[in-house]
Order: sequence, then C-alpha cells, then structure tokens
Amino acid sequence: MFDSRPVTDEDAVLGVRPRYVVEPSTVAEAAAVMRVAHEEGLTVVPRGNGTRVHWGAAPRACDVVIDTRKLDRVVEHAAGDLVVTVEAGLPVRSLQDVLRTTGQQLALDSPFPSTVGGLVATAAAGPRRLLYGTARDLLIGITVVRADGTIVKSGGKVVKNVAGYDLGKLYTGSFGTLGLIVKASFRLHPLPEQQMYVATDGRDPARRVRALLHSHLVPSAIEVDGDGTVAALFEGTAARSRAEEAVALLGAGATAAGAPPAWWGRYPDGDVLLEVQGKPTDLTGLLTVRDAWLRGSAGSGVWFLGTSAEAAPRVVAKLREHLPTVVRHAPLELHETLDLWGPTPALSLMRRVKDQFDPDHRLSPGRFIGGI
Amino acid sequence: MLRRLAERFRDRLGPESVIDDPVRLRTYECDGLTYHRASPGLVVLPGSAEEVAFVVRECVEAGVPYVARGSGTGLSGGALPRTDGVLVVTSRMRRILEVDPDNQRAVVEPGVINLDVSKAVRPHGYYYAPDPSSQQICSIGGNVAENSGGAHCLKYGFTANHVLACEIVTPEGEITTLGDGPGYDLLGAFIGAEGTLGITTKITVRLTRIPQAVETLLAAFPSVETAGAAVSAIIGAGIVPAAVEMMDALAIEAAEAAVACGYPADAAAVLIVELDGPETEVASQFARVRLLCEEAGAFEQRVARDDADRALIWKGRRSAFAAVGRISPAYIVQDGVIPRTALPEVLADIDRLSRESGVRVANVFHAGDGNLHPLVLFDDAEEGAGERAELVSGAILDLCIAHGGSITGEHGVGVDKARYLPRMFTEADLDTMQMVRCAFDPPNLCNPGKVFPTPRLCGEIPRVRKGSPDGELF
Repeated sequence: MFDSRPVTDEDAVLGVRPRYVVEPSTVAEAAAVMRVAHEEGLTVVPRGNGTRVHWGAAPRACDVVIDTRKLDRVVEHAAGDLVVTVEAGLPVRSLQDVLRTTGQQLALDSPFPSTVGGLVATAAAGPRRLLYGTARDLLIGITVVRADGTIVKSGGKVVKNVAGYDLGKLYTGSFGTLGLIVKASFRLHPLPEQQMYVATDGRDPARRVRALLHSHLVPSAIEVDGDGTVAALFEGTAARSRAEEAVALLGAGATAAGAPPAWWGRYPDGDVLLEVQGKPTDLTGLLTVRDAWLRGSAGSGVWFLGTSAEAAPRVVAKLREHLPTVVRHAPLELHETLDLWGPTPALSLMRRVKDQFDPDHRLSPGRFIGGI
Repeated sequence: MLRRLAERFRDRLGPESVIDDPVRLRTYECDGLTYHRASPGLVVLPGSAEEVAFVVRECVEAGVPYVARGSGTGLSGGALPRTDGVLVVTSRMRRILEVDPDNQRAVVEPGVINLDVSKAVRPHGYYYAPDPSSQQICSIGGNVAENSGGAHCLKYGFTANHVLACEIVTPEGEITTLGDGPGYDLLGAFIGAEGTLGITTKITVRLTRIPQAVETLLAAFPSVETAGAAVSAIIGAGIVPAAVEMMDALAIEAAEAAVACGYPADAAAVLIVELDGPETEVASQFARVRLLCEEAGAFEQRVARDDADRALIWKGRRSAFAAVGRISPAYIVQDGVIPRTALPEVLADIDRLSRESGVRVANVFHAGDGNLHPLVLFDDAEEGAGERAELVSGAILDLCIAHGGSITGEHGVGVDKARYLPRMFTEADLDTMQMVRCAFDPPNLCNPGKVFPTPRLCGEIPRVRKGSPDGELF
C-alpha cells in the first residue's frame, strides 16, 4: 500500500529498532499508515531527517518509524501574502531556496539540515528568535494525522486568525507524541537587504548584552559564547550603519563584519547538551558553571550548555536549583540516572492532553516529559 | 444552589465581593457585543488567585457553570454570562506586581488595563506592544483570553507572542503555571481559548523597547483599488510597516462627522501607514513608502510632524467604529480575514453585496494583514432591517472563507460566531480542538457554550492523578 524499506540500524531511535519503516509520499498515505497502526495497536515514531532524533528519551517501544521525507512538496507559496504551506518532510534549506527566489524567508535558524516537520516537532530555534520568535510564533496553520488516522487541521493560511483553538502551538515541541505533523503554514519575512554582525572580545559580557538589548538598534539576535564573546546581528536596509552604532556603543574590542563568528548558531560541543529556559540576566551566573561550555541567545534568555557525560549529573543538578533545564541529548547510559526533562508545572494537565490525543499511548511513547 | 454559593462566597471573600442584587447584576448582562444579553445568576469579584480557585472549586462541586470577565469589552460575547451560573469578574485584581526592564518583562494581574502596562514601563523606555482599539479600558486577562491584536500586530504580533507565562486557575480549581517549564506548550493553547480552559490570575508579559523613530503617513486615494495596490506595493518591496490601516469613503464620512479628523474630503479611500524602528531604517523605508503611494495614485499625502499630529491622524481611525453611529442608527461590526492579495476582489464583492441588498457597508480595516472590519449599517426601527444586515454580515464571512481566510482575526468566536466555525473547520477538526477542552475541563463548566457550536462529550473523566508525583515546582 505504501513504500516501506528494509530496516537498518540507522533507523533505530535511540537504540530502539523499529519493525517497519514506512515512507508515505502523500498525506493520504500517511493517514493510511496511521490508521493501520491504530487498528493493529502498533507504536509509531515519526522522523524527518533525523537531525534531532537523538533528542529526548528513547521510546518505550517502536513498531513503526514513519519517515516523512517523501512528503516534501511546497503546497502553496503565496508570495504576495508572505505565507507558505509545505509538507512536513521538506528540508528547511530547500524551502529557503524556494523562498529566496522571491526575496523571502522563513525566519527560523537551524544548524542542521532539518525537515520542517522536525523543526516544528522539536520547537528548535536559533539566534534570530530574539526578533522573529520561534516556530510557535511563525506557524499559522498545521495539518496533523491523529493517532486514529484522522486528518485534522488547526489555524489556516492567514496570519491574523483567532478562529478556534490554536493547536499549532500545542503540536510545536510535542516530539511526535500527539500526532503526525504532515503540513504546516508559516508567516514569512522579507530577506533583509543587508546583514551585519558585531562581535566583541570576551570582556564584560553581561554589560554588553544589556547595552545591546536596551539600545534602539533592534538587533535580530544577541548571542554569547562561553569565553564571554558577545555577538549581535543587524538586518535591514541600514544594517551597516546600525552595526557601526553598535560598535561605538560596545566600546573597545568590538568589531563589525559581514559574516558571523564560527560558533554562531551552533550548539556547544559535548557528549551532553543542556537547554536552559531563563532570562537575559542569568548570563553572569551561568558563566560560572564549571565543567560546561555555555552558548546562548542572551537576548531571549535561552541557553545551551555542552558538558561531558561525567560532569552532566552534577551540572544538571546545579542548574535545576535555579532554572528549568532540559537534557536535549545524552549518551543512552545516562538516561536512567538523568531526568532528561526535569520537573515542570502543570504536568498533570499535560498527561491529560496526551490521554485525549493518544489514549493508547502509541505515539512516540516515553519520548517526552514525565514518560509521556 | 446559587443562593447557597452566594453565602459561601460572602463568608470567604467578604460581602462586598459578591453581587446578587438583580439590578446590579444587570450591569454585567453583556460585553461589548450588546445584542447578546443574559443577566448573570451571581457575580463574584475575587481579589487573589486563591479566591478565584475557591470560587471555581465551589462551582465545580455544585455543578454550576462559571464565566470569567475582565473589562467586558469583548466583541464576540465571550464573556456573556449564564443566568444559571457565576460570573467571575477580575476587576479587583489590578496590581502590576513586577517590572523587570533588565529582562524586558513585567508581571501583572489579569484586571490590569492594557494601556496601564505601557504607562508603568514607559519611564524605563518600554511599552507593551499589543494595542487593541479598546486599550484604554480592556484588561490583560481579557487580552489573554481573546489573543487580542491591534493595529500594530502586523509587525509585532498578537498577545500570544507577548505573553511569556500565565498563572492560571484550572477548571478544576487548582492553581498552576503555564509557560514556565518544559513540556507541551499549554500556554499557546490557553491564549485565545476565550476563557474556556481556565481563568488566568497572573501574567508575565514581554516588554518592547520604545522605537527610536516613528513616521506616520496619511495618504488619500481616488479609489479603494488604488489604495489596495499601494499596500501590495509596500509589502512587495520587503517593507514591514508597524501598521497599515485603510478606510473607505463611508467610514471617512462617519469619522469626519464624529471627530472632525480632517481627512481629505474627496478621498475614496485613505491609508494610514506607520513605520517605526531605528532612525536610519525608518528614514530610508519611509521615503520608499511615500514614493510607492504616489506611484499607486495617492493624490494627497500628509506626514505627521509630531506626536500630536500623529494622534490626530489616528483619531479618525480609532474612532471609526463608534463614529458610524453618526451616520446610522445601528450597525454590526464584522471581523473577518482574507489573504491580503485578495483585497481588491473581496472589496468589489462586498460592494456588490451592498448594492444588491441595499444595505450600506462602511469598510475599515487592518489592510496590512487582510483583517477586514466591515461595518454593516441598518436602522433598527425599520422592520426586518436587522435581519437583512445580519445576512450581509454573514455573507461577508462566507467571502472570507471562500478566499482561504478566517471568520475572525481578533474579535474571537464567542457566542456570536460559533455557528460559523463549521464553515472553516471539519467536525473532526473541531472535535480535536475540544479534546484539549476535555483535558482541561471534563465537566464542561468553564465558560460553556462558547466557541464550539456543539459541545464534545468528554466521555470518561480522565483518571485523577492527585497525590502522584506531579513535579510541581511552586
């Protein structure tokens, strides 16, 4: 009925090898797969390009991997409306290539060749979240195949829309536990005429972040690296002059350039990657955490720390004394001892949402917070 | 039952926080949508999250429906009370609890007035970006319920993009926080759920830096088509204005009669285009905007010289809804969305509808994002006129749907548009949305009858996990 291919070790999700890998090439086929899985009681894990498939916990079971990469069409690009609708398996970079021809972009950064669906399912975002927000802010409509195989949508293809619940935000970052994302519509932005980066030496990062954040210069991103380097991005028709103003504001040791520093938008190295949801002023404290390399979106207060397997338990415990900290990925042997997701308020509500959407707990079981 | 609840509430909240006198109850019989009315069975004015939680728990225990209300400025009847239920009014919860400019955020109670947030943070160089027309009186809690927008959401987004976390009282009367930890983005589902998923008791909002420069242009056009072409040209040039507003001749006439805003008298349409941001950006883009308007056929352009001038330009637009009262005894404020590029076609269709039915329609809209606010005029003294206006108003929504748009861009579904929702969504779509409601509110007592035309039976009430380790941080 649909393409499936021989299962290889590559298809394993955090060590759990599926019995089947199916590659639906239409939304209808994807729905048919989900329906069969529903009827047969099979557990399902969706995947795109697999760039973040090692994020989160291992599934408790995985009968079927649904590989979305053949769902790769641009359904509609309404350039005049700055809106695009695409299938979930389309690589974000391919989408950007299409949009570039009309001087537009989806303002979401990813250091990996992720699919659109993968980016939405993991709620991953990069430096420019400061100005444009993240997938939840840019997503205006979504089509999902429910656990029972029903195709359902929420939102639409206009930016301004408050008809019905906004389930797009709920699916964003749900790690395949609520349904199979098959299509998404996004609000687009014009490509800026100029892009300029300003980077500083490692001195006085907190003061510099503050200066940029409270300036009138509207940076698209303010990033910090573990050695105290602060870098900012300016975009627009007058980005060069704004970058020069930023250099003057930041003082000695600041320079402007047309290209970003090498570390820009990349996760810090390490066997273990942590993500901390905090505030801009957490920077000073986070820089003092030992045995971990900090990098983050200082203007938004979203921080990543790379650390070793050995140091991870201590670093995680230390961070959680102050801030919500998620272990994005870690070697499997650490999964038992590290609570990957950490505590969160409203977990009981989350469980009840899961129970409604996936009463048999067949969708990416165990991948998400609290064993959801 | 309500009498007993009133006693319980008086004991706990104090007598001044409970209203059950029929005359005083009538004050709360509608929100901004005045043709839906129902006197609430009981009104309570809690002063804290704990009191809200108490009220909700008592209602749930008694099986009594309850509805939350902020300032009552909503335009879809989202806060329409239940005669057999309790209206929870948040107007006593109006403290600004924290202003943290270093982290660009503030924490407020739900009854705080939208504009008061901006006033409080202005000394720090900040403001709160979502600016619904009612911002002088509407509450942040109501904004959260409705995911309110405003003229400037073209560039800055809606309430959902500016709220970082909410403390809520769940429909079962528990206090919890959304948006303050990992897991599902329940905050994203809660904002804009029109008060059907709980009552917010504390909101952490994102603050936006006051822009260095603002430029405002009023451009007059010989037709709505040429004005529409100017909008397309501006957006097509890669410019994201802070706001692009359009008014047609009838709306201009009304605004002129009401506030003497001095718009060019012979204009068939005016555009208000506002740019803000760093001076250098605004200067270069504003020059292009003026050129594009001229090329599209603008015969007059006025640039605001200062804030007073700017306020005058905006005065006509901001007063437009109320101003229509000057040229018509009654009117319906419609709220629909179309893809911006469909604007000329849809306006021609609305014009045709108007001529065929003899019902006058004044058009005011957020042209930048295709959000139409047609004002459908009628004389309520004339028999059948209201029904005819209602038909035209509904037909405009059909036009929006036919063009791939939405039946509401910012006013919400409430009671007013629940019957239109199935024209946009399938039964399965709506059923899926209501799965969220069932997760939050299995007995369906929290603002029931709003948004969805047909309530979904939640079936077996999910296992209560009280006492299980929940990981609550607070």
